[in-house]
Amino acid sequence: MTVSPTTEIIERCRALFDDLQFTAAREWKAAAPGRKVVGYMPIYVPREIIHAAGMLPLGVLGGGDQLEVIHGDAYYQSYICRIPRSTIELGVTGRLDFVDGMLFPSICDVIRNLSGMWKLMFPEVYSHYFDVPQNYRDDIGGNYYINELKLFRDDLERLAGRKITDDDLRASIDAYNENRRLVREVYAYRSDQPWKAPATEIYLLMRAGMVLPVEEHTQLLRDYLGAVETEDRPIRDNCRVVLIGMFCEQPPFNLIKSLELAGCYVVDDDLLLVTRWLIGDVPLEGDPIENLAKAFLHHSEDTSAKYEPDAAEKGKYLVRTVKRTGAEGVIFAAPSFCDPALLDRPMLQHVLKDADIPYIAFKYAENSGQMQPIREQAGTFADSIKLWSES
Amino acid sequence: MNAAVAKATHEVVKDGSMLKQKGMMAGHYDRLAAAGETGSKVACTFVPGNLNELIMCFDLLNNLPEVNAIQNGLRKKSGSFVMEAEKDGHSEDVCTYVKSDLGMIARGNIGPYGKPLPDPDVLLLSYTGCFTFMKWFELLRERYNCETIMLHTPYKGDGEITQNMRDYMVKQLKEEVIPTLERVSGVKFDIDRLREYLRESAKAEDDLVWVLQSAKNKPSPIDAYFGGIYYIGPIFGAFRGTEDATDYYRYLRAEVEARIQQGLGPVTPDGDMGEEKYRLVVEGPPNYTSFRDFWKMFYEEGAVVVASSYTKVGGVYDFGFRHDPDHPLESLADYCLGVYTNRNLPERVDMLTNYVEEYQADGLLINSIKSCNSFSAGQLLIMREVEKRTGKPAAFIETDLVDPRYFSPANVKNRLESYFQMIEQKRASKRPAVGAMA
Repeated sequence: MTVSPTTEIIERCRALFDDLQFTAAREWKAAAPGRKVVGYMPIYVPREIIHAAGMLPLGVLGGGDQLEVIHGDAYYQSYICRIPRSTIELGVTGRLDFVDGMLFPSICDVIRNLSGMWKLMFPEVYSHYFDVPQNYRDDIGGNYYINELKLFRDDLERLAGRKITDDDLRASIDAYNENRRLVREVYAYRSDQPWKAPATEIYLLMRAGMVLPVEEHTQLLRDYLGAVETEDRPIRDNCRVVLIGMFCEQPPFNLIKSLELAGCYVVDDDLLLVTRWLIGDVPLEGDPIENLAKAFLHHSEDTSAKYEPDAAEKGKYLVRTVKRTGAEGVIFAAPSFCDPALLDRPMLQHVLKDADIPYIAFKYAENSGQMQPIREQAGTFADSIKLWSES
Repeated sequence: MNAAVAKATHEVVKDGSMLKQKGMMAGHYDRLAAAGETGSKVACTFVPGNLNELIMCFDLLNNLPEVNAIQNGLRKKSGSFVMEAEKDGHSEDVCTYVKSDLGMIARGNIGPYGKPLPDPDVLLLSYTGCFTFMKWFELLRERYNCETIMLHTPYKGDGEITQNMRDYMVKQLKEEVIPTLERVSGVKFDIDRLREYLRESAKAEDDLVWVLQSAKNKPSPIDAYFGGIYYIGPIFGAFRGTEDATDYYRYLRAEVEARIQQGLGPVTPDGDMGEEKYRLVVEGPPNYTSFRDFWKMFYEEGAVVVASSYTKVGGVYDFGFRHDPDHPLESLADYCLGVYTNRNLPERVDMLTNYVEEYQADGLLINSIKSCNSFSAGQLLIMREVEKRTGKPAAFIETDLVDPRYFSPANVKNRLESYFQMIEQKRASKRPAVGAMA
């Protein structure tokens, strides 16, 4: 029996997803002398600068539901989310022993403090808290961010042992522009024909982008779009939902699967935001660092870890996403003890209520095993939407 | 002046300074309650990164939601407020300060002293050392629909204040914070007025540091955690930069000086503490809903806290920083950047190790707070590191700030007693065996 090209692509992505030894990244590093790997956590780091230094950016997203956390639990109280403890587990068990640097973006206090823990626990590794401005004026937050990016570039030059030129940066921006275009194309395709591009496949496809070189991932996206078009997949009577709150700690793979089995087509989500954080192409002309800064300030996604300076705009991005994708409801799925998602949730729900958009909410952990309650909740939500829409 | 005041046999004993502080706080809540009548405009802001001197330059009254939550916790009102907020859709997983505040507002916004709190005219979101602050004021903005100013304090991820961080903050102060405060208050900014307030702040900071460092004496004349919370009230709250604060810290210092001369330990709610048996450094905020019961578990065993990180959450002054009238805005920036929760984990470990050694403590106790990730995430590593570096035993207890559901007295007491036994064993192992040959 022949395996379809789509299945082949997804099986490869699944193998990358399951591999907690990060073999693909290890092999990339071993393929040429002097290569270095820099890990990063959610939500966003400018991977272009790492790439321009000739290094591999590696997404580190915790251990999922297949990693037994033994050491990591000794570092965290029960009331702290799962992702830092499984990330520590990856570190102390040597699964990240080939990683030369780790970046901890500004997302919440837990990831922030993990940056200092990494300094104490792995002093030989370059560890950096990657701060971003919460002031979006070019002459204030912009200047600060440009200088931070320059300092970051200096750090990476030291780590790489070579200069990162502006042309290096432009070439990397070009590579990531192309990748983001394809990512958005895949997202748009799923939104148009969710029965053809299920959420489980899209998730695995995007996860592959966390471990593969960007050029390889871009080709994979292109191949998927070509392959999936030839698939003959039946349209189901599912409801269309936007999934929100999963921007940091990853849901178990079975959770995404359960939502689909419960009758939901996921037409948009905030999973793996780094793949499409910057909206539109970053210009190649002019100063590349300034261009990256401006893109962050003025053309980046909205999420709970970002301050919304305009009260009238708070949460409106979610309504726009619902309208753009033709979604019929929103599922708030947040990791337990996730401050950004859970503190933001009531405000987003108020906005949805005002816009008459139905929603449900539940929590998960990356190692949640019992999916039945979530499946029932999502199924009831889907049924109720169908009932209402038909009445 | 230094005599502890006991009104009746079973009443709580307080120092003169504690009574003075209580009067200051009550007066402040009266001013807030009267804001509608007096026409005073009100700014809400946070304790870490509290720019009280700047707020006063615009004749604004400073209302601190964290302090309201604390005061409600002490009065055992916060538990029902937290549940009120949870009923309204706020997660059980998030900060209980926020939920206490939102619950209080939902129930009519009657302040801890029983008088109504005014709606703020401006929310000064000093985003310093705590992610939750950002969401808290977005929630309040939704409620009050008032002007909100973001002042982003970059985190000291690499343990240092860079010029880029300082410049960013000064620029925000000059171009965002000050113009907005001018517009909201209708008062023109006067930098000389700010300098005067900062000069006053530095005087109070000198005396506060002297008082906190008096715990290096044996016995310590103060408890630098439970007592320390009274001491930091004025300077971390709405009084930094005022003559009232300067007077208060001068008075407090004289009171502590007198205790040292008399060889006295701290004043506890049950009167002068008995023999000092254990000297501890404490990391993390306290529990406020059972504050006295919690304190009692220490002083009944002869345990005194000689240094704490919580008394640095509204400003770290004991390593030399002072507000500087000659560099007013830069000094406000450095103040925000340097608060305890804006320091990275290695810095926090260094500070606590320094405290254990400098204050000749028997060890480190961590009170881990369920709803405060800024403090709590990483504390188990902090404990290991400080233990390793000092060779002194460390212990870990868990409570919450203002949610009474997370204070388990039997559990906490049990752990504390085990810890004190551990300290005894450590001491015994260091003593030469009786009859041992030289």
